[in-house]
Amino acid sequence: MSDTVIKCESVYKIFGENAKKMLQEANGNVDAKTFQENGCIVGVNNASFEVAKGEMLVVMGLSGSGKSTLLRCISRLTDATGGKIFIEGQDLLELNNKELIDLRRNKMGMVFQSFALLPHKTVVENIAFPLQIKGINTDDSISKAMDMVKLVGLHGRENYFPRELSGGQQQRVGIARSLAVEPDIWFLDEPFSALDPLIRKEMQDEFLRLQDKLQKTIMFITHDFDEALKLADRIAIMKDGIIEQLDTPAKIVLNPATEYVRKFTEEVPREKVLLIEDVMDQTTSNNLGDLRVSKDEIIENVAEKILTQEKTVGVIDKNNNIVGSINPTKIINTVFGGRKNEN
Amino acid sequence: MEFLKKNPKIFQWLFLLIVFFALCFAIEVPETYKFIRGQAEFVKDPNQSTFVFAGKEVRYYAFDVFWRLPPLLGWLPIWINDSLFFLMNDWMPMEFWNEDTQEFKTRPLLLQISRNLTAFMTFIIELIREILLGGLETIVAFTSWDFIDANPWAELPGLPWTIVAAGATILSYKLSGKGLAIFAGLTMVYISIFGQWKPSMQTLSFILVAAPLSFIFGLGLGISAFKSKRVEKALYPILLVMQTMPQYAVLVPALVLFGVGDHAAVIITMIVAIPPMILLTLLGLRAIPPEVIEAGRMSGCNNWQLMFKVLIPTARRDILIGVNQVIMVCFSMAVISAFIGAKGLGFNLLLALNQLNIGLALEAGLCISLIAILLDKMSLAWANKQTDYFGNLTFFERNKNTIFFIGAFVIGIILAYIGTFLFKGTFNYLFEIPHNKGISTADFWNKGVDWIFDTFFVYIKAFNTWLIQDVLQPMRALYLRMPAIATIVLVVGAGYLIGGVRSALVVCGLTLFIALSPWWDRALVTTYMATFGVIVSCVIGFTVGTLCFQNKSAAKFMLGVCDIFQTFPSFVYLIPVMMLFGITDTSVLIAVIVYATIPATRYTIEGLRSVPVGLHEAATMSGVNKFQRLTKIEFPLAFPHMMLGLNQTIVFALFMVIIGAFIGTEDLGQYILKALSDKNGAGIGLTLGICVAFIGLIFDNLIRTWVGKRKKHLGIA
Repeated sequence: MSDTVIKCESVYKIFGENAKKMLQEANGNVDAKTFQENGCIVGVNNASFEVAKGEMLVVMGLSGSGKSTLLRCISRLTDATGGKIFIEGQDLLELNNKELIDLRRNKMGMVFQSFALLPHKTVVENIAFPLQIKGINTDDSISKAMDMVKLVGLHGRENYFPRELSGGQQQRVGIARSLAVEPDIWFLDEPFSALDPLIRKEMQDEFLRLQDKLQKTIMFITHDFDEALKLADRIAIMKDGIIEQLDTPAKIVLNPATEYVRKFTEEVPREKVLLIEDVMDQTTSNNLGDLRVSKDEIIENVAEKILTQEKTVGVIDKNNNIVGSINPTKIINTVFGGRKNEN
Repeated sequence: MEFLKKNPKIFQWLFLLIVFFALCFAIEVPETYKFIRGQAEFVKDPNQSTFVFAGKEVRYYAFDVFWRLPPLLGWLPIWINDSLFFLMNDWMPMEFWNEDTQEFKTRPLLLQISRNLTAFMTFIIELIREILLGGLETIVAFTSWDFIDANPWAELPGLPWTIVAAGATILSYKLSGKGLAIFAGLTMVYISIFGQWKPSMQTLSFILVAAPLSFIFGLGLGISAFKSKRVEKALYPILLVMQTMPQYAVLVPALVLFGVGDHAAVIITMIVAIPPMILLTLLGLRAIPPEVIEAGRMSGCNNWQLMFKVLIPTARRDILIGVNQVIMVCFSMAVISAFIGAKGLGFNLLLALNQLNIGLALEAGLCISLIAILLDKMSLAWANKQTDYFGNLTFFERNKNTIFFIGAFVIGIILAYIGTFLFKGTFNYLFEIPHNKGISTADFWNKGVDWIFDTFFVYIKAFNTWLIQDVLQPMRALYLRMPAIATIVLVVGAGYLIGGVRSALVVCGLTLFIALSPWWDRALVTTYMATFGVIVSCVIGFTVGTLCFQNKSAAKFMLGVCDIFQTFPSFVYLIPVMMLFGITDTSVLIAVIVYATIPATRYTIEGLRSVPVGLHEAATMSGVNKFQRLTKIEFPLAFPHMMLGLNQTIVFALFMVIIGAFIGTEDLGQYILKALSDKNGAGIGLTLGICVAFIGLIFDNLIRTWVGKRKKHLGIA
């Protein structure tokens, strides 16, 4: 990958008194059970991955899987017990306090599950807070914060207190606050989990719109697999502190690496996740019909068209070159048949 | 029997009571035993026994050890005294430069520290006082008396009362708006035209030093306890004792260390006001959600910014309660510290009470209460103040308050100047209305009291006699009839049944301290008065609270009333009861009941309120009526919180009982009061204070342990 922004090399986070010593003795072979017997709890177990510039990595896992802990290691809200973390090539764990504060003030933004707004500040004051902490004067920080208020669609409510807003609105404030310093790296810790389903969907769309515009490097934590599929460039699925699989949504759905991951993928409506590219035949036959579909289309959007065809349909790339083919049977198999085959 | 088997706890309690009563009946009252009154204990009595410990002779009346334990701790007050004197007069003599005599002088270290502290405090108090009232001392502090003699003009003139009143009004308006401004204005005018200006400003200057200092130190210590477990562990026991220690008791050691005057009063007030501030700061900081702290860190806060821009503002609610407590304590100390020579309203109040001039006492008391409420509201408004970033204000609008104040300042000075012509030869009423030269309603009140006394004398007396003869005396006799061993068994047993071995040991230690001190009998009397007050307060408080809870606006109104009543300094409660019942135990008890009913009521309402709405609805859907809902759902769930109210009620009652000594009760308070005028009183005062604190802590420990268990059981911890 070209521009790596976040890079983790076998990161461990172990809670407990003798964590460091035990980790050294374990010699990279950490077993959660033996640690637990000795009074240590393994939060993150040997996590290694990279996040490229402008990429959105969604870390997905159930509660207690260590996903939030992993995020806190990378933002250094907690110190990792072992391993190395690089932010734009800088060794995060080597930074002193001042450098760390500097990094957070200029490069990082974070959104929290429970919003974590300051109760004594109004919407605009909350958003201006990181700017003021940085030392920007009141007028500039407030006017910058007002831009943010507009960006997240809270115009007219800038003088409200957090307690006067709905959950969705509060999280918009949280998002605006995390973006106020124009960070390159954006951490989101289950930002939509505390919201109603309808609001959640609305916020997800809003989030995609923002990301389309801003192109940040993102680590997004969620326990909702559908949310992960909807948003992610790549998904990391965590269980008991271990990253079980890290791949694109399509590959995870098509080739779940472990039994645990497969359970998640079972119920997923494939036609909504997979692209034509993921299921097409690489070979092109001469016997193509007249219809052409783009390889980047989601199956659901073109399924009807393909199914009405009798002949195999040609798949094209952006430059209208034929790169593959797909026939209606393949579509039917993908949507209805796939699960049976796996069983 | 079936019933007992099913409820082993009840069986255990029954067993404990049986043992207790068996002990009570088994141990006879010794023939020589009598309740020793007043001075007799300080007079050498041939019937007394003695023992010598650490070179100190302790004299006591010897009884059967089952009846009363020997006062083995009798040497403690003497020892405390001697140590204090040693520290003050002989410990670490050092050379100090003396400005006045221009030479080195040898002085003990502690004495020097205390003198420097004293000078510092005195300077600040005098500075504020002279800005308000005028005077020489501040200028003297920078120059010398010779300078003053040479330059007769060098004197701070003091502000005319009109300016101070206008300033308070404008500040209130700026902080909160019209309502508070009107209140502030009326308060100031009242104080002035009733001739309480000077003492009020003296009290105010004392409070303006004591309250901010207490706030700063309390906040600082609270923060360091939050940051370091070790500091917290070291502070916690001291805080616990200080919370239940009557303020009286701290006066005496302070007298030894700092002497007499306003500065000693400020230091003593700080000692009393800081502990609740620490506890509430700690409580508030603990309750902050971790994500808010993380949000602060991710916003790039350094430690300092995180503390002052994120943590403290987020914990604001509890910290503000702390500020409210600090102000409350300061005002109640403003009265109590009059005993050690603080000037102001408190001194006038005590004087009036001493002369039984109820009218004057009432006026002074009202002034204290009004200023207390005003300061409380102002500090609250200040903390809740909001900035408007978007209003496009003109220069005048932005600075109108300053302009108004400058205007008021000029007008005030002009008025005062006109006053010099208007009131030639008499007092300049437009500058300052001297004490007792304003309007006074004292006569009216005194006549009213006389009238009430004349008219209702028969009934009051009958009630009084009935209460004392048929209720109080028997109750008191019952308490005194308890053998020490039986009491200890009862208390320790209760501790074991409620909280297991740990609780039993703590309670045992606390009880033993009191039992081994020379004042067990007095402690029993204190406990009896407090018990009586607590029982009545709880009955009233729980009933009123429950009734008010039935109606939302009534509950809100009642909480407001509690707020206001809490702001009154405790001494103020003695005024109306003395009006009605004169100098008797009844007066004290009624003051105790009124004072202690406040927390009982407040916690009942709060407890009932805290029952989750979901449960309410579930209950309603099961078809319960209002009464069933109250008894089956709300009471069981609110009970733990109500018990915390009981805890507060006990502490409040104990405080009031001790203060009641001022009207003359025969309990620990009487001795504390006596120790105040005793040269060697420091040790006695402190030990007595600890005894009272321990009585409170015994109940505190039992109740808290029980509440903790109960809450866990109900799943509402």
